[in-house]
Amino acid sequence: MTTTDTEPKTITITVNGTPEPTSARTLQAWVDARGVLPAALATAVNGNFVPRSLRAQQLLAEGDTILTFQPIEGG
Amino acid sequence: MNPDMNDEAAEQSTAEQKMAGLERSTATPRDLVAVCSAQVKEEPAKRAGDTEQSTLPPSRPEETSEWQIGGRTLTSRFFLGTAAYPSPQVLKDAIQASGAQVVTMGLRRQLAHGTEASDFFALIQATGSHLLPNTAGCHTAREAITLAHMARELFDTSWIKLEVVGDAHTLQPDPFELLTAATQLVKDGFEVFPYCMDDLVSCQRLLDAGCSVLMPWGAPIGSGQGLVNPGALRTLRARLPGVPLIVDAGIGSPADAVQAMELGLDAVLLNSAVAHAVDPVRMARAFKLGIASGRLAFEAGVMPRQDMAVASTPVAGHPILL
Repeated sequence: MTTTDTEPKTITITVNGTPEPTSARTLQAWVDARGVLPAALATAVNGNFVPRSLRAQQLLAEGDTILTFQPIEGG
Repeated sequence: MNPDMNDEAAEQSTAEQKMAGLERSTATPRDLVAVCSAQVKEEPAKRAGDTEQSTLPPSRPEETSEWQIGGRTLTSRFFLGTAAYPSPQVLKDAIQASGAQVVTMGLRRQLAHGTEASDFFALIQATGSHLLPNTAGCHTAREAITLAHMARELFDTSWIKLEVVGDAHTLQPDPFELLTAATQLVKDGFEVFPYCMDDLVSCQRLLDAGCSVLMPWGAPIGSGQGLVNPGALRTLRARLPGVPLIVDAGIGSPADAVQAMELGLDAVLLNSAVAHAVDPVRMARAFKLGIASGRLAFEAGVMPRQDMAVASTPVAGHPILL
């Protein structure tokens, strides 16, 4: 099977330990697709922190890992 | 350490003298208080409510002296955790009852959805407390560094309670990974609050790395054992004058907090002892009073313990009839 330039190609990434197919090519696109407030979570790709301001430049590739964190109670 | 100093009292005495730069013959508990209280501001001559006729000293039954840490001035010496409360309302009431100006928070690895996280965050923000996010659950310096950067972005603070666990059973800090992480985070502009062992040398290394505050454990996290090694904490206080020391972890009852404060430590951080109490709000207040009491006692100068009885009533010059 072949794909055209306009057809989104699906890749598989791992999100918080769970495999997930996505057509997003940047971290920003992936965050936007999840419908969460960009400021409500912090992100890391392949173990490296990616600040909000750099999510649009952070490319995603097959096999990448994404970690997302949010505030919780703590001691 | 002097090999002859094999008991706690001797260690305390020597350390105090070294700290104050005083000769053995002149060092007193008052000297210790004077050195460790150097950052304490002068008590105002008069306070609201004082009258011209009053001859009693001003009272501040629930306040402690101002102190500075991480670029901020605080009046409370109580840092309170926010985990494991029966309800958000109890948490909110406990924070208020505690008088704590700094509360700790954590980060969870999950996708933010729904409003649960934001509601909780909003509740904490509404208290007006300074936030001290932690890196709980990290086992390596790399993990902790990454999480610290995430925390700075989420909580909009450069303060970080740096936790790097070295043993899953005791949750004891890993001093080596901790130092590696602290060194990097200081370079990255963080105000690092390292949760550390009470070992003097590793504490000194953390200071060398640029930490300006230390948080030695009192006992394993959540154990409620109190101060299992008060001698080590006393040594830290004596050998590191002027360094803010916050006892973190292991505090079980207000009596433990009083002890920590009487030792001259600057503050106490705890969570479980309040959150797991039958009445967390009342326990928060109990700790507030205990911490204030312990600090006042330290500033006032706790009398040294004696091995033998010492008569309180002077008898010299009095007639002895029998």
